[in-house]
This record gives sequence, structure tokens and C-alpha cells, in this order.
Amino acid sequence: MSNKSNLVVIGNGPVGHHFLESLVQSGKSTDYNITVFGEEPRPAYDRVHLTAWFETRDAAAINMVEDGYYPANDITLYTKDKVLAIDRSAKTVTSESGKVLSYDKIILATGSFPFVPPVPGHDRENIFVYRTIEDLEAITAAAEKGKTGAVIGGGLLGLEAAKALKDLDLETHVVEFAPRLMAVQIDDGGGKMLRKKIEDLGVSVHTAKNTKNISDGENAVHKMSFADGQELEVDIIVFSAGIRPRDELAKSSELKMGERGGIVINNQCQTSDKDIYAIGEVALWDNKIFGLIAPGNAMAKAACDHLTGCGDSEFAGADMSTKLKLMGVDVASIGDAHGNTPNSRSYTYVNDRDEVYKKIVVSSDDKYLLGAVLIGDASEYGSLLQFMLNKMELPSEPEGLILPQVDGQSTGLGVDALPDTAQLCSCMNVTKADVVCAVEAGATTIGDIKDATKAATGCGGCAALITQVLNNQLEKNGVEVNTDLCEHFAYTRQDLYNIIRIEKIQSFEVLLEKHGSGLGCDICKPTAASLLASCWNKYILEKPLHGLQDTNDYFMGNMQKDGTYSVVPRIPGGEITPDKLIVLGEVAKKYNLYTKITGGQRVDLFGARSEELPLIWRELIDAGFETGHAYGKSLRTVKSCVGETWCRYGVQDSMGMSLLLENRYKGLRSPHKLKMAVSGCTRECAEAQSKDVGVIATENGWNMYVCGNGGMKPRHADLFASDLDDVTLIKYIDRLFMFYVRTADRLQRTSVWMDNMEGGLEYLQSVIIDDKLEVCAELEKEMSLVVDSYQCEWKSTLDDPERMKRFSHFVNSDQSDDNVVFTQERKQIRPKSKNESIELVVID
Amino acid sequence: MSNIDQQVAWIDICKSEDILPNMGRCALFENEQVAIFRVIESGVEKIYAINNHCPFSQANIISRGIVGCLSNKTVVASPLYKQHFDLATGQCIEDEAISVKTYAVRFEGDMIQLAA
Repeated sequence: MSNKSNLVVIGNGPVGHHFLESLVQSGKSTDYNITVFGEEPRPAYDRVHLTAWFETRDAAAINMVEDGYYPANDITLYTKDKVLAIDRSAKTVTSESGKVLSYDKIILATGSFPFVPPVPGHDRENIFVYRTIEDLEAITAAAEKGKTGAVIGGGLLGLEAAKALKDLDLETHVVEFAPRLMAVQIDDGGGKMLRKKIEDLGVSVHTAKNTKNISDGENAVHKMSFADGQELEVDIIVFSAGIRPRDELAKSSELKMGERGGIVINNQCQTSDKDIYAIGEVALWDNKIFGLIAPGNAMAKAACDHLTGCGDSEFAGADMSTKLKLMGVDVASIGDAHGNTPNSRSYTYVNDRDEVYKKIVVSSDDKYLLGAVLIGDASEYGSLLQFMLNKMELPSEPEGLILPQVDGQSTGLGVDALPDTAQLCSCMNVTKADVVCAVEAGATTIGDIKDATKAATGCGGCAALITQVLNNQLEKNGVEVNTDLCEHFAYTRQDLYNIIRIEKIQSFEVLLEKHGSGLGCDICKPTAASLLASCWNKYILEKPLHGLQDTNDYFMGNMQKDGTYSVVPRIPGGEITPDKLIVLGEVAKKYNLYTKITGGQRVDLFGARSEELPLIWRELIDAGFETGHAYGKSLRTVKSCVGETWCRYGVQDSMGMSLLLENRYKGLRSPHKLKMAVSGCTRECAEAQSKDVGVIATENGWNMYVCGNGGMKPRHADLFASDLDDVTLIKYIDRLFMFYVRTADRLQRTSVWMDNMEGGLEYLQSVIIDDKLEVCAELEKEMSLVVDSYQCEWKSTLDDPERMKRFSHFVNSDQSDDNVVFTQERKQIRPKSKNESIELVVID
Repeated sequence: MSNIDQQVAWIDICKSEDILPNMGRCALFENEQVAIFRVIESGVEKIYAINNHCPFSQANIISRGIVGCLSNKTVVASPLYKQHFDLATGQCIEDEAISVKTYAVRFEGDMIQLAA
């Protein structure tokens, strides 16, 4: 303990947190006693996605610090405790709550604050800034009483704030001092197009407006008076007029500062005091403040490398190119967007019909790209950025790069030409070499690449480019990615699905004869069975389909390690009458079954011998139970809370919805198991965000989340659509599930399926919501066929004496398997372990 | 096993129809559990018998596995951990050191018979 040096990190925003992560990753964090001070009441959260808070009104949605991460790494975090002073001679820091800590090294990551111009009236009530969760909470509360809102500042953050006001159902205005929106990043033409698109969304844009005074309004809370004599009345005002570094601490401790603020740092991010580093928006490098997350992360890494000696990365400035979606509008700005370079040339493409604006700025000899502006369609962002960053020579007639491709010829960038050092993903700092390395190590899908390098997991803007590099590398290596299902079928699961549908194939034999070879195997047979069931909803034990089934599907139970099965009746939504619960207890008692409540809100009965299964199920079916499909790659459960019926917080009937969903999708055979949940309010007691499809009640309907899962690699579901009515919700789920059934690989959960789609969530939304592929009518039809032909497999089986024969353990004897032996534990049975069984033999 | 003079005693186990094509059933034979499989190979019906005890899971479950072929060997996949066993030889495909006992089996009239 005494050998460790004391490291104090001041500020717990995204960049401060990134520093701590880098330090832990370096393996050197144990060399330090690490103390972190944060002014806000909660650990770091993702400010870049601040608007995401509105989707759930829950800070957890944008939390960046995993539960227990700091304690697990011996990091002490004091939230709501601002550092007030640094005493550089005594080497101590003093916090607001009175803590005095001695330090060896300090990391200053205090970030910035929103600049509020000293307009008279700027300190009135109902005037806000847009930076913290507390700001959003205050804006939300005020919006409930107001009708109109204005954002002062039409930059990047200002437009984000405008989206928030719009989402809060306020009539929204954007007031910009400059003659166009996003004046720093885009040119006049781009600004015009952006304005048009934003106005189309119902936001009023006022440019070249200098706010002179804010006073009491006549019809609203505030009256804004502009220099040109015009006025605007609104209830809420949000200032978003730029940021200023939070450098007061550095000022008072006399570190070297820039003329207009900011703490001067060198390439290692050290300040004028070598024991104090500054990173993020508070730091001034080469007289510049960097207000983006990627440069902040790069500084954090450089500071960590220098502190620990574990690496030698330096901060050498950053490219400030950006691509983002503002209110659903693609906006990108690269390099010298304004064409300020002497003698530069520019080429512009304007399409008023589709509201697209594209401009490139190139060197006087047409050879190099200097900058670009893209509005409405930013698909070329990735390749244009690479041309500029790597100073790659442009094709002759560079205007072809932004012109629509008429005859399918590709004028874009050949990824082969990219140098290894090309940074493909700026959020996570992933280079082409990193992606190539991952491919050499065995990655073959975009999902693998994301896993291995984290590329495309930030803003996702580079996904298309990463995929190109991946495919190019695979091709170069002569890797033919073998997607054959198995040695018997040279097709993917998706191919087989199409074959079965188009040729109306009804049996494995025909499929094998026409498109396969050999006898089949334990891979292709269950896959074919699942496909035939998905397509035609055939009773899974119909001859000759039964020979294709895994033992679990064949015996309609889950085989346990000793060869016995578990029995799981369906309990839709976890709702059960006392009488039915008593039946379960009686059956379990009669057949001496180990009994456990599952995570999916039902009851699992273990230790049933195969010959007992029909007897047990007879009793359950007679009491009104159905099979729970716990054995199948199919819908398992729809977990639910009681919702508005009982709960004081519930806003919808989540119980009713979960019953509807479970009864609709039960029996659907899919590439892997499917889980769902419905929560009656945003408190989310049903844990819907960990399900393949999660539904969360809102005051206006349902929010739909997709592609989450628990298990080995947990993944939170993504918000897919908001405030849906019942009919639309069901329609979207119908389409989503059927599209998954059609296109996923064998044993691929929905999360991996979506991650491997080029375009990911957005693409999925375009297919399911906008019907981009024009398949939605078909998908709905296919689902209704499955829903209409549902039958309880256990009931059908019990009704057929022929099928009952198979359950006896021996074909030629009524005896039981003497290898199945139980012992007692906590008043229930459990299988005897191997050692216990041996003892038994000895005693015999 | 010791009937070198081929005076093998064949014992009726069940009717052929008791085992469905391309599937297995377990039979009790001289206090041993035997997994019998009927397999249609290129239109020809074959029959195999191996011990029902899975050496990996220590459970008597081989007869409940899926039948198929791997590189021209007719195999069954043990249903718990999915190792494959060559039905003709009892050899485990994934682990050379492991095999299960095989039994002489045949169709006789409409019956299936086993011999020691």
C-alpha cells in the first residue's frame, strides 16, 4: 500500500472514465491508489448520446460505468464532490466536502460548461442549458407546463437540443446568430439544405438573429428581442451557444493557460506542472480546444501511456471531421469544408427532389481531397475521409465521387489502396491493420470484427467501410468463407429456407435428394425440421419428420445429464390460478419430480423418465396446461409484470399484452430460442431490455426493443420504435420474427443476427417499419399461417396411441433404465453423482 | 462372443416395425442395453447395434441420438454432448481412444434379432 503512488482524477465524465479504463487495461492500475472526484451525482455517462435519455428517462440507458467496475479495480469514486483547490507546493487537493488528499499525480478531466452569453434576462427562470442529466430533467419538467421552446444556437448541440424540445411536444424554434445552421462545419449550400430538411420536420429556423434582450412575454413566459427589431415569444429557452473549458481550478493553481482559457498541454498531455495532466475539453493543445469525444479519448490514452510507460502514443491533434444524424438527417463535414485553402477547387451536387447536398473541396491539381460537406446522404463519408486522412490520390474527375452512380460502376475508394495505418473507426481508434489482424486471427464476419476490435461499436458510421475491408481481406487470403450448413448441404440455412419455400418442399428426404447428399446428420436434420416447421408448421412428430428432431424435440422435454427429462408446462405471462398451481404440485409430488421456479416465470419439473412423460403430460393436459416448448428452438416465455391492473406505477395492461404475445407466438420454430417480456412502465420490472423482443409501456402506447439477450454474452436490446399502438406493435413483431426466421443462421440469436447485418438496427428498421424490401405483406402472411395452425404437440401426441410407444425405455421390456438413480437433497430428488453410484454398486 | 464355430444363438428382440426407419430404439439383451438402429442407405435398409451407454455422459441414451453420416461413415450423434459413434465399429469419431461395444444384429422375417 505504501509503495503505491497517489493518483487523483478530477472529473468523471466520458473522457475521465476512458482514462480509467485505459489505466485498468494497461495492467498498471494496481501501482496507484486511485481516487476520482466527480461533481455530478452519478458516475460517467455518455454525453454524446444525451438525447437517448429521453427514450427511457432513465440514466441507466446512457451509463458508461458497469456496476461494480470501480470497486473491482480498487478505484474510489466520490460523486457530488467537486475539487476546490490544488495546493501544488504541499501536493494536496481539497474537495468541497472537506476531503484533503495528497497526490503524486493528477489527471484534470473537468470538461467544459455551456457558454451563456450575458444577454439581459439570461438568468430568468425557465432558461436552461443542455449538458447534464439534471439539465434534461429540468427541461422535461418545464416542458410539461409550456407549449413553445427556443434553442439559442444552431450548432451541432443546439440541433440536438432542438430535437429534445420537439420530442417533448413543444413547438420548437432554433435561433442562430450566424447566417446558417452549423456555421462552423458546413458551407452555405449545405446550410440551406439542412435548414430545409429541419423545417420539414416542423422546427422553425431563424438565422442571422442576435438576441439582445429576454423579458416577460405577453402570450408566453419569455419575449426574445432581436437586434433586427423582431421578437419571438416562447415558454422555454435553452442556450447552446458553444462550450468553454472548466479551467478555474487550473487558473487558481497557476498552471499555464491559453489566452482565452484552456489548460496548455504538450503531446503527452502534461500541463506546465509535469505531475498534472489535462485531458478532454479542458485541455488546450496547439491553441485549440477539442470538443469531440474521439480526440478526448486519444488524449486519455496518451496521458495513460505517458504516466504508466506502457505505451508511447502521443496526442498530435485530431481531425475534426464528423458524421452524425441530426433529427434523422444525415450530416457530415470533413476537413476544409468551406474551401478556405488558397486555389482549392470545389465540386457540388445538389438534388432538390431528394433534398441531398454534397460538396467536395480538392487541391488545385484535382489530386487530393481537402474537405467535404454531405447533407441528406452521407454514405460516401467513410471513403472520402480516408482519401483525405491518408492523402491518397483521387481518381481523375473526382466529382464522380459524389455523383450518383448511374450504370453501377464504382467510383469510390478501393479499400486495397488504403494504408495499414488508415484509421477506419475514429470512435474506437481502430486502424485498417487492426481489422486485417483480426481477420488473420480468424474473424470472418462483421460481428467477429466488432468483438475483436470494438470497431463500429461507437457511432457505427464506419460499418460499411469495415465490411469492405473485411471482405477484401478474406478474398485476398483466398478464404472462401464456408457457409455451408454441413457436409450434406452446400447451402446456408437461409438458402435452404428459400429452397423449401419456393419449391414447396415438405420433407427432409425430398430436400436431401434434390439438394443434398449422403444421409444427413445431427446438424442438417434438426435445421431442416425447424425450417419445415417454420414454413408449414408441421406437427414436429409427424412421420417422417420425427427422425430429424433432437432428442429434446422428439421426447418434448429437455434431456438432463442422467438421461431423464424435464417437464415445463406453458404458464403464459407467468399468470397462474391457484388451482393450476396445485395441480403442478400434485403432479410433481406423485411422480417425485424435483421442482424449481424458472427465470421465465414458470415451473420446471425435473427427473421424469421417458416412460413417465406421457403419464405426467396426460394429467397436465387434462388440467388445462399446454406444452411450454422449453425443449425447442422456439418462443419460450413472455415475462411480465402485473402492470396498471395492480401496480400504482403501471401505465398500460402489460399482463394482457404479454398473454396476447405469448399465445400468438407460442410454437413458432426459429433459428434459436426466442424470449420476450412486457413491462408496464419504465421501471422495467420484467427486464424486457434483455430479451429478443422487449415491450415497455409508455403513456402513449408501447416502446419496442429488439435483439437483446442474457446468457454468456449479455446484450441490451435496442429501442426499435416508440409509442406504438397494439396493432402496430403486433405487426412489427410479426414481421421481425419472420424476417429472423427467414434470414438468420442456425443457432444465431437475434443480437448476433442484427450485429452481422450491414446497417444493423437502422437497416432492420427500414425493412420492418418502412418495408424497404417490400416483403412485409409476405412476412405477415407467413406468420398468420403459423399462428392459425398452432397445436399443442403434447396433446396431439397423447391422442395417438401409435406415437405413445416410443416413450418406453426398452423396445422389448417394460423395465426402467436402472442407470437412473436419485438421492435426496433439501427434501427433493437429485441424480446420484458418479461416485455415489459406484458405492451403491459395491454395497449391492 | 466365443462362438467361433458360428453356432450363433440369434434371439428375437422386436418386430422390424417397432423401430422406425432412420431411428434407434434401446433393447434389453442379456442384461445389457443395446441401441439398435434401422438406417436406409441409398435405398437399401441396414441395421446396426451398439451399446446404449454413452461413455462421455455416463447415461444410457445412445439410442435417442440422431442418425446420419460423416465422411461416408454411418454414425449416431450422442444426444447430450453430440459425439459421433461409427455404427458399424462403435468407434468414436472425435476421440480415437474411445469406442463402444457392437453387437451382431439382423432382420429375420419380420423380426429383428441380436446375437451375443
